Amino acid sequence: MKSRNRILFVALSLLGLALFAADLMVGSVQLGFGEVWGALTGGDVAPATAKIVRSIRLLKAVVALLAGAALSVSGLQMQTLFRNPLAGPFVLGISSGASLGVALVLLGAPLLGWSGSTLFASLGVAGAAWAGAALVLMLVAAVSRRVKDIMVILILGMMCSSGVDAVVQILQYVSNEGALKSFVIWTMGSLGDVTTIQLGLLAIAVVAGLILAVAAIKPLNLLLLGENYARTMGLNIRRTRSLVFLSTTLLAGTVTAFCGPVGFIGLAVPHLTRMLFREADHRILIPASALMGSCVLLLCDLVSKSLTLPINTVTALMGIPIVVWVVWRHKTIA
Amino acid sequence: MIRLENLSLGYADRPLLKQVSATFAVGQLTALIGRNGSGKSTLLRTIAGLDDSTIAGGSIRIAGTPQTEIAPHELSKSIAFVTTERVRIANLRCRDVVALGRAPYTNWIGRMQEEDRRICDYALEAVGMAAFADRTMDRMSDGECQRVMIARALAQETPIMLLDEPTSFLDLPNRYELGRLLQRLAHEERKCILFSTHELDIARSLCDAIALVDNPHLHHLPIDEMQRSGHIERCFNLA
Repeated sequence: MKSRNRILFVALSLLGLALFAADLMVGSVQLGFGEVWGALTGGDVAPATAKIVRSIRLLKAVVALLAGAALSVSGLQMQTLFRNPLAGPFVLGISSGASLGVALVLLGAPLLGWSGSTLFASLGVAGAAWAGAALVLMLVAAVSRRVKDIMVILILGMMCSSGVDAVVQILQYVSNEGALKSFVIWTMGSLGDVTTIQLGLLAIAVVAGLILAVAAIKPLNLLLLGENYARTMGLNIRRTRSLVFLSTTLLAGTVTAFCGPVGFIGLAVPHLTRMLFREADHRILIPASALMGSCVLLLCDLVSKSLTLPINTVTALMGIPIVVWVVWRHKTIA
Repeated sequence: MIRLENLSLGYADRPLLKQVSATFAVGQLTALIGRNGSGKSTLLRTIAGLDDSTIAGGSIRIAGTPQTEIAPHELSKSIAFVTTERVRIANLRCRDVVALGRAPYTNWIGRMQEEDRRICDYALEAVGMAAFADRTMDRMSDGECQRVMIARALAQETPIMLLDEPTSFLDLPNRYELGRLLQRLAHEERKCILFSTHELDIARSLCDAIALVDNPHLHHLPIDEMQRSGHIERCFNLA
C-alpha cells in the first residue's frame, strides 16, 4: 500500500474515534469526556449519566458507525456494478420495498382493523421493512438472471421502486392522520430506535454483508472495464451479480429496516472516498468507503442532535452538495 | 489455433455465415474485413465466448478443443479480447488497467506477485506506453487508451488476441502505428491475432492474411492470393 493511502487510513480512523467520542458527549445533556469515559469504564459517575451514555448514546453511536459503513459500501458496489455515478444502495428498490413493508404495518394493518393483531405486532416495523426490501431485491435478482444488459436491470429496479412507491402512496392516501404521521416519521430515518437485541442483528448482518463485499473486490475491479471485458478476463457475471445483490440486501436492507431510508450516504460517500484517495481499486475503496461512511454518519448524527433535526434531512443537506459537485464534474468528461 | 468448422453463425431472423471453415494460425496477423452489418463483430464476440446464442451449427475449436466446452476461466487464458468500448475511468491508472489483465492468474483478491508486475511492465513497454504507467485513463487520447487496452490483453498472456475495430477513433499515423504494433506482436510474440477493420490499405500492407466476410461465405486467404482473387473488389463494389 502506498504511504499516502496509509496516512489517510490512519487519519480517518483517528477522525472516526474522535467523532465517536464526540457523539457520546453531545446530546440534550452535554457531557465532558471524563464523564463519558467514567460511564464506559464503570468509574465514579452519576447513575443517570451512566445510563444515558451506556444505554442510549453508545447504542446510537454504534448504529451510526455500522449504518454509515454499510450504506457506503453497498453504494460503492452499486456504482461499480452499474457503472453509473448516480447509482446508490437504493437503486434496486430496497428502500421502496422497505417502505412498503412498513406502510403495510403502520398504515395497512389499522385500515383492515388488524392493529391489535399479534402477527403484525411480533413482526414489527423492522421485520416488515426487511421483508419488503428482501422481496423487492429477490424480484429484481430473479429477473436479472434472464437479462444480459446491466442497464436493463437498472431500469427494472427503478421502475419496480416507482411501482412500489405508488402502492405506498395509495396506502398513505387512504390512511388516517395518526397512522400517516408515524409512517412519515419512519421515512425521516432514525438511528436511535434500535434495541440492544436489534443492534446485535444489525451488527451480524452488516459484518456478513461486508465480508461478501470483500469477496467481491476482484470481480468489482474487473467490472470497472465493463461486463464484456470482465467476462473475457474470466469473470462469472451471474455469480458476481448475485454476490453483490446479496451483500447489498444484507447491508442496505438491514440498515433501512432498523433506521429507515437514510438517504445520500450511500450515494455521496463513495465519491468522497474516490476524491480523497484518488483510487479506483476496490481493495482500497471498500475499506476506505466503510471508514469514511462511519465518519460521515457520525458527523451527521452530531449535527442532527445539535440542531434536533431528523437524520435524513441532515444526510440530504450534507450529501446533495457532494452529488451536485460530482455531476458538475462529470459534465465535462461524459 | 482458432479453427472454424462448418460454422453457421447468425441470429434467428438474420443468418450471417453458413457452414464456413477456416484456420487462423499462431504467428499470423489476420484482418477481418466486410461491409457494415456483415457480422465481423458477431464473429469475434462469438469466438471470444461472449455470445454463444449466435452459433447455428458447426463449431469453433481453440487449440483443438470446442470453445463451448472450455470454462470461462480457462478461456480467459487462451483468448484476450479488445472491444470497441472506450474505458475512461477517473483515478484508474494505466498500470491498474494492465494489471487487470493478470486476473486469470491472480488469487481471489487479485494480489500481484513479482512475476505479474514484471509481465505488466513488459506489456506496457511493448506497446510503447511505459512512460504513461501512472497516468489516469481520463487524461489520455484515444490512441493512448487503445494501446493501454492492448497492453492489458498482452498481460493476459494468451496465444490468441482478438480486436474489434482497434483502429477506429484513431488518426491516420496512429492507425498505421497500431497496425505495425499488431504485426510485430503476431510475428515476434508468436500470437494468433485477428482484428476487424475497415482499413483496406492497412489490411493489405501489414497483414499476413485477410478474412473477408462475404455473406454467407467467409473467404480466408493469404494476402497475395486475396489480391488476385478479386473478392474484395467484388464485395466492396470497387471494380
